[in-house]
Amino acid sequence: MTSPATPQDRRQEPEAGLLSFYASPIPIRPATLGDAIASEWTKLRSVRATVWTLGVMVALMLTVGVCTALLLAANDTDLVGEPALVLGFFGVLLGSLCVITLGVLTIGSEYSTGMIRTTLTACPSRVRVLAAKAIVFFSLTFVITTVTATVVAVLQTLILSGAATPSGGEWALSTVGVGFYIAGLGLLSLGIGAIVRHSAGAITIMIGVVLLPLVLALFMFADDLRSVQRFLIEYSIPNQLSALYGTTMTNSGPSGWEPLLVMLGLVTVALGGAVALLNRRDV
Amino acid sequence: MIELEGLTKRFGSKVAVDHLSFQVRPGIVTGFLGPNGAGKSTTMRMMLDLDNPTSGTVRIDGKHYRDLQEPLKYIGALLDAKAMHGGRSAYNNLLCLAQSNRIPSSRVDEVLDMVGLSAVAKKKSKGFSLGMGQRLGIASALLGDPEILMFDEPVNGLDPEGIHWIRNLMKALASEGRTIFVSSHLMSEMALTADHLIVIGQGKLLADTSMADFIHENSRSYTRLRSPQYERLRDVLHQEGFTAVETAGGVLEIDGATTEELGELAARHQVVLHELSSQRASLEEAFMQMTAGSVEYHAHSERDPAAEPPAVGAGWGENWNKPGSNNTEGK
Repeated sequence: MTSPATPQDRRQEPEAGLLSFYASPIPIRPATLGDAIASEWTKLRSVRATVWTLGVMVALMLTVGVCTALLLAANDTDLVGEPALVLGFFGVLLGSLCVITLGVLTIGSEYSTGMIRTTLTACPSRVRVLAAKAIVFFSLTFVITTVTATVVAVLQTLILSGAATPSGGEWALSTVGVGFYIAGLGLLSLGIGAIVRHSAGAITIMIGVVLLPLVLALFMFADDLRSVQRFLIEYSIPNQLSALYGTTMTNSGPSGWEPLLVMLGLVTVALGGAVALLNRRDV
Repeated sequence: MIELEGLTKRFGSKVAVDHLSFQVRPGIVTGFLGPNGAGKSTTMRMMLDLDNPTSGTVRIDGKHYRDLQEPLKYIGALLDAKAMHGGRSAYNNLLCLAQSNRIPSSRVDEVLDMVGLSAVAKKKSKGFSLGMGQRLGIASALLGDPEILMFDEPVNGLDPEGIHWIRNLMKALASEGRTIFVSSHLMSEMALTADHLIVIGQGKLLADTSMADFIHENSRSYTRLRSPQYERLRDVLHQEGFTAVETAGGVLEIDGATTEELGELAARHQVVLHELSSQRASLEEAFMQMTAGSVEYHAHSERDPAAEPPAVGAGWGENWNKPGSNNTEGK
């Protein structure tokens, strides 16, 4: 046992024989949310899953985005007055699956490895742990998605120089807007991961959330179900994502920045539910 | 100082922990003993606020665990060694814990050095052996240099060298004035490390006593006699009113007589003795008798070994491979 100070130095007088009489030489300063964030950042950057999922997402967005633009340019296809930005959609939709995976793993891997017990022993405030995770994960995915989306948009506009010139609002929506939306989708996954505590289960649920509304809508031919079908299509995640690019499958439904509000609502409910459950549940 | 008050945990209709109240005092090693499934781990999880008690409270230095701002500086715990992310290096596993409690990162190197893992600090922890994992877990418990340390079955699966290391570590930590709370299902292990004992069975408190008292109360003392004049000795003892129990190998065991009495008796009757020794039944046996009624998972066999008194002196000690597990007359 080697310790920085000798035991004699550290021993205090026992107080009425009740309190512990060991005092550590390490100073006690109150830990804050900032410390929890530093801790979560270390966790996120020190596992390989982060590099892999985000790396694959960047690669998908770049290759799919640039390749579609190149193909269209080679075929001289007319974009019927749409700006070239809309082509970013396909890459982002594929990339969103990576963000879902990482979002779920951020909390799910703690449960599968048992690390969660160590984490909550070190920081018993469930809200603080979840908030720190959410902040770190959101910031990272937001920055990476926004930067990649911007690079792709610039490349596409350069390749398809004949297409309509996008407005400032369109630029903002298809870069920062998409970044917010995808990072929000990741947060939703994080919330679901915290609720079901099982990585594979949570990823399956999230893929269902993304794809199922469209698949279900496909089979709703009856007139009575028309409104349900319409709702499912309009509020499906792929359709809301494409709304950020200014194109939707229907002419109604959320448009402009509205999909972000919908996502914000979903994230609030999922994270709120996760906090309530974490506070009540045994680990 | 840890205080438990009426701590109860129910899982459905099953009561895992039943109104436990005890205190863990500083400066000594307190052993927490019970057969498998007695509720030891559940109790420890409730102490760390990982499980919510059905009723009752736990206080750490007067505070509830959830109200501790930097819990690692008050209490360090080793619950299970594998509660780390295997894909992360040993250093990073400890670093993220240190950061959440504002412990300087230099302390991570310190504890890694303390447990002897400096050489593998940058290696992923999933490649660690059981012993290395246990050391990493102990490093995480020591990270905040806390005054209270909790170890759940720390010697499980360790080799003799590792067991020896943990035993000495716990003693050293206690001698610095810390509170050490360690669970085990091996009485023999506790007899070597603990100063105080808390025994539970089926979630109920069976004993809260000092180790010395436990030994005194629970170990049957008797005298062991061996003689080439076996028949003669037996007759002499019978005449003098001593009850001698015959055991294997021509050994006589006598309850309720001192070695002085028996030695003088043998001298008076000129009986040659090859052995005259005072013995104590193993603590393992005392522990098993105490918890016999509350063992959760019995192995059903024709002869239940726990129900019969073992062949004293031979029985339990030989298989434990550890020094001092049997007779503790040296204590």
